Amino acid sequence: MSESFSPGDRVRTRTLDPAGHTRLPRYARGAVGEIVERAGDHPLAEDRARGLPGEPQPVYHVRFRAGDLFGSGDHAVTVELWQDYLEPLGTAAR
Amino acid sequence: MSGHHPSAAIAERVRHIESLLERHGVIAPGEVDRRIDDLLAGGTPLNGARIVARAWTDPAFRERLLTDANSAIRELALSMGGGASELRLKVVANTAEEHHVVVCTLCSCYPTALLGPSPSWYKSDAYRARVVRDPRGILAEFGVDLPADVRITVWDASAESRYMVLPRRPEGTDGLDEAELAALVTRTGLIGTALV
Repeated sequence: MSESFSPGDRVRTRTLDPAGHTRLPRYARGAVGEIVERAGDHPLAEDRARGLPGEPQPVYHVRFRAGDLFGSGDHAVTVELWQDYLEPLGTAAR
Repeated sequence: MSGHHPSAAIAERVRHIESLLERHGVIAPGEVDRRIDDLLAGGTPLNGARIVARAWTDPAFRERLLTDANSAIRELALSMGGGASELRLKVVANTAEEHHVVVCTLCSCYPTALLGPSPSWYKSDAYRARVVRDPRGILAEFGVDLPADVRITVWDASAESRYMVLPRRPEGTDGLDEAELAALVTRTGLIGTALV
């Protein structure tokens, strides 16, 4: 499993559109956000939905700017996402 | 279909699946009802209101609540245990600069053990789809008009945590005790679609 993220890390969510159950909301796919905090470790929802045990992995609160998700809006949306949904982008200033 | 409740077909399927699970020994007879009773037992917005009133009157408790809500609410003999396992609780505090509002866009996740059953609008497609895109518009429909410079953060309960909003203490309430303060707090305030 890849290295875990820390608050402030920038991440991009995956763009996959799986056939089965996922807890990565469609509106948050392929978007750049920032790790707010770690929210425990849990088996991936996809695995549990298929009756698989699944290894616990970190889950994070990830903060997105509405403009980056929807093309408009000045608010923020914080989504809770499993590590497998996230790719690192580094911590460079935006 | 006249007189036929739209959820009847689903209820029939649920009963069928339940009886299959019971017949194959996956669950004990009546287990689903017992689990639901356990989940709802003691769940009422009064719990959330007590937490808020304590946080308004005890700054150290407020700090503990925002850092580790599951531990903090045990001081009030409350827990997120209601169901099969304890769920993580995240409390987010409204300030003069930032207002929080909670949704579950994927289904209807909600801190039931603390707040009781969720309001029907919380589970509606309209609320779930719109509040992430236009929270200011949704809040206005709830009668909440925030100043333009107040930032809004929407929390989507998309995974394992449940969220509760800590509203701002209303002005002019200095003379009230904890129980009187708790009486000011509403369920919608705890979701973030009201100011208190």
